[in-house]
Amino acid sequence: MNYSHEFAQSLPHLAATGRNTCADLPPLQVVGLTVDYGKATALRDIHLTLQPGRLSGVFGPNGAGKSTLVKAMLGLVSATGSVVWGDRPLAEQLDRVAYVPQRNQVDWLYPATVWDVVMMGRVRKTGLFRRFSATSRQVARAALARVGIDHLRDRPIGELSGGQQQRVFLARALAQEADFFCFDEPFVGVDQKTQAVLFDVFQELTQSGKLVLLVNHDLGESITHFDDLILLNTELVASGPRSWVLTQNNLYRAYGGQVSFFREAA
Amino acid sequence: MAVFQALIEPLHYGFMQRSLVVALLVGLVCAIVGSYLLVQRMALLGDAISHSVMPGLAIAFILNINIFVGAFVAGILSTLLIAWIRVRSPLKEDAAMGIVFSSFFALGITLITRIQKQNKIDLNHFLFGNILSVTPRDVIDTAIIVAIVVGVVLLLYKELLFYTFDPLGAQAAGLPVNLLNFGLMVLIALATVASMKVVGVILVLALLIIPGATAYLLVRRLYQVMALGSVIAITASISGMYLSYFYDLPSGPAIVLVTAAAFTLALLFSPRYGVWVKSQNTALPALLQEIRQLLR
Repeated sequence: MNYSHEFAQSLPHLAATGRNTCADLPPLQVVGLTVDYGKATALRDIHLTLQPGRLSGVFGPNGAGKSTLVKAMLGLVSATGSVVWGDRPLAEQLDRVAYVPQRNQVDWLYPATVWDVVMMGRVRKTGLFRRFSATSRQVARAALARVGIDHLRDRPIGELSGGQQQRVFLARALAQEADFFCFDEPFVGVDQKTQAVLFDVFQELTQSGKLVLLVNHDLGESITHFDDLILLNTELVASGPRSWVLTQNNLYRAYGGQVSFFREAA
Repeated sequence: MAVFQALIEPLHYGFMQRSLVVALLVGLVCAIVGSYLLVQRMALLGDAISHSVMPGLAIAFILNINIFVGAFVAGILSTLLIAWIRVRSPLKEDAAMGIVFSSFFALGITLITRIQKQNKIDLNHFLFGNILSVTPRDVIDTAIIVAIVVGVVLLLYKELLFYTFDPLGAQAAGLPVNLLNFGLMVLIALATVASMKVVGVILVLALLIIPGATAYLLVRRLYQVMALGSVIAITASISGMYLSYFYDLPSGPAIVLVTAAAFTLALLFSPRYGVWVKSQNTALPALLQEIRQLLR
């Protein structure tokens, strides 16, 4: 099913501004990013560039520092090095970032409805001490429709399936009207339909020139959806266009012995 | 008519009027603030802060300043210490809380015991409350605290909802999460301070947690939990006060027991989680089934 048409219609201001302004988004530069947890190093001296308009995936074995990389870029964990977007640090432009944590990092028994969570995407834009505007509600409604869960709007989040919960998060991210989207393991425990919706939306976002970064764990065939890959194992193994990164040597350096099932995808 | 007369009777006494008003205000403020503790799974923090206000009370008496101020400062100090220990040592938050609140509590008891006689105060009143001693000044102080707390929650509702549900997401969106967290601590300290005369520091936790927890079993959005929790708390405060008046019960514990009864009813009969409702069986087999599941 394709919702993009409705989405653009119900969101005239988005449709009008989206493509034009986003084409000009600058790339995002990560320079010498290092994260130490106590004595252990989680990430060492990461240098990379994220290009707008391309779906970028962070891959690597368990404990490679994939989630930590995203968190460090956004300033959610303390790190040394710098992350620059355009002419300013990313940390000063968080109002343009939509971050979706791993689904199991929040308490889904929290007393909130789908609507409550999607409206959280409008909190920053609304500003302190103000009420949500009609525009904000409009944007949230469109986001819900886009991910195909507008009928669940008043449902408590604890009563949703894993896939539906992930789509709530996706709708919240869309409602933020961000320019840089980060998703931490969005495909864990979701159904086929949700996976399709996720990739649809990611494609739309990249086509309108946004920066989209996913942390992924399970590769399989879905790797062909990604334009750029970041291969990580505490240190950066490789980053760049998919075909360029997926070499036998790189995979061996990232994953050690367990590489055979990646070979076909490359 | 006789019932009505009986309900009116205690209101002839000024101390009863004042204590009813204070109990009602405290029920309201604790239910609202406690909802945040509940959804963040930080019930123990309420206990920690309430025990930690004790030395502040004592020092306020010694220095002859407002005891609300002293208690508030001590409560905030304890949360800062807890946070500092957690950051600066490999200890987890629960251990840090246990260390700080028991130490503060011990210091408070020591100080109050020492100054008890010359200041004509009673340690028991701090531990278990002494609502009948509420002065007109206390009523005003409590009302101010309630106004501050309700105002802050109304103004920051959407930010606090985001932060307490998804702290990382809120931080990544650029919300001032440290400030929000500190604000929550301040609210909890304020609620605790306001509750001291009603239930005492040991039972404050009940007023913070039980009304919200009861509402949590019945409704599904945070503001509904707060609103229904407030209604439950206010009902419990008033009926607890009457119970204590007519049956000569200690008033703080009477209020807490009414909230506990409300929680028990919700646990049994909540449409969504109700033990009774879910089993579809008659009472006895349902009870046996619950016990069997516990033992498994």
